[in-house]
Amino acid sequence: MKTILSIENLGVRHGRETVLSGVDLTLSRGEIVTIVGPNGSGKTTLLRAIVGAAPITAGRITRKDGLKIGYVPQKLAIDNTLPITVRRFLNLPKKISDSDAQQALARTGAEALTSRQITELSGGQMQRVLLARAIIGQPDLLLLDEATQGLDQPGSAEFYTLIADLRETLDCAVLMVSHELHVVMAASDRVICLNGHVCCHGTPEHVASAPEYRALFGSGTKGALALYRHEHDHAHDHGHENEHDHEHS
Amino acid sequence: MLDSFLTRAALAGIGTALAAAPLGCFIVWRRMAFFGDATAHAAILGVALALSTGLPIFAGVLVMALAMAVFVTKRNARHSVDTALGVAAHASLAIGLVAVSFLGNIRFDLESFLFGDILSVSKTDLLVIWGGVAAVSALLCWRWDAFLAMTLNEELAAASGIDTRREQLILTLALALVVAVAIKAIGALLISSMLIIPAAAARPLADTPERMAAIAAVIGMLSAIGGLAGAWYLDTPAGPSIVCMATLIFVLTGAMKRRG
Repeated sequence: MKTILSIENLGVRHGRETVLSGVDLTLSRGEIVTIVGPNGSGKTTLLRAIVGAAPITAGRITRKDGLKIGYVPQKLAIDNTLPITVRRFLNLPKKISDSDAQQALARTGAEALTSRQITELSGGQMQRVLLARAIIGQPDLLLLDEATQGLDQPGSAEFYTLIADLRETLDCAVLMVSHELHVVMAASDRVICLNGHVCCHGTPEHVASAPEYRALFGSGTKGALALYRHEHDHAHDHGHENEHDHEHS
Repeated sequence: MLDSFLTRAALAGIGTALAAAPLGCFIVWRRMAFFGDATAHAAILGVALALSTGLPIFAGVLVMALAMAVFVTKRNARHSVDTALGVAAHASLAIGLVAVSFLGNIRFDLESFLFGDILSVSKTDLLVIWGGVAAVSALLCWRWDAFLAMTLNEELAAASGIDTRREQLILTLALALVVAVAIKAIGALLISSMLIIPAAAARPLADTPERMAAIAAVIGMLSAIGGLAGAWYLDTPAGPSIVCMATLIFVLTGAMKRRG
């Protein structure tokens, strides 16, 4: 496996507050890695540091020479006063040809949206357009920040299928941040549990059963996580099952 | 032709509108109205600086506007704190007015710096204004796509290799230039209005960012000419009349949109 990005002992501070410390992470071509962690755990800051938008206060980030990053933001800070069509948006920051634009939109199932105003798109349409923009120019690394926020369950499942397809066709690495533990973890090769530092990491099954992870996300009474563990980890004790019955009744 | 003060006034108004309106689109899109206010009000501090050091007014205003803009940018690196900007906007105005009052031995008309004095624009002023127009337009054309990407999403811009801190600084410099250019024609208190109102008036008529900037420039120029004409016939103050004209156009384009 070819390493395209390696992070060593990364530290980021905002003013006096330490947001990240001692973070190590390597990414290789073709793998899907997910970062999970509670609110304020530094997930988005880590992505910001990788793209160079957050100043690094310790450690270092080594990118493969000429690494191309496709970034899919959580949302656009687009004000209603800004008129911009999907096609015009795809030209940022570099102008691309109409055929490249059509191809990218077709890949994410958004070809019908070319001339629509960005502010009029639904959540799902918006995510497809943002993803289309990110894959223009064949990125080596796709970064997704809470990309499925605002999508319903089938919508986000479909979205992750699309990501898995793109990983195949583009042969890129995917690093994503998400709250939707069960869907995301099932779709990942590796999971990193972050809370200012890396609490635990490994395969989805490994992380889901790690005590550090359980300490952060509770011991299974949360529906989403429980669902995941029902599918992948059947070592429930009796009391645990009861809690579930209670919640679902 | 430039010997008529009315011609000079019209050229000054048109120049100010041309410099302010397209940049104003970014102020609106980035929700920086208060930021514009803080920078514009710092102009009065710049006037005090210029009068006490013998610098040209344009230079003093440019320096102070730039200093204020950089100061508030640093203070609000990540958060746009409404209150902090409000404090900066009004404090700089008040401190500027107090500073100017210390220069009691220098005779000048404070009102002309607050509301502009477009009817007394000299040929040198025109040169400064149109030089500023050229500089601001060049900056905007040069950095347009980077500014736009940064406006939509900072991380997305950074991931495409844009140095967002540098772009922010260039945008700030453009704003300071506009303030320095506009103080003669419009005055420190109303500069923000020439940034925001033409842009807001252009919004209902535009479907791309570029068209919005172009329409805003046209609306700004129409406001300058219409406002001056109104001031001439109704004997009203020129700067505020230009802003009133811009506001009238804003109301009209808003109404057109609702009908259409």
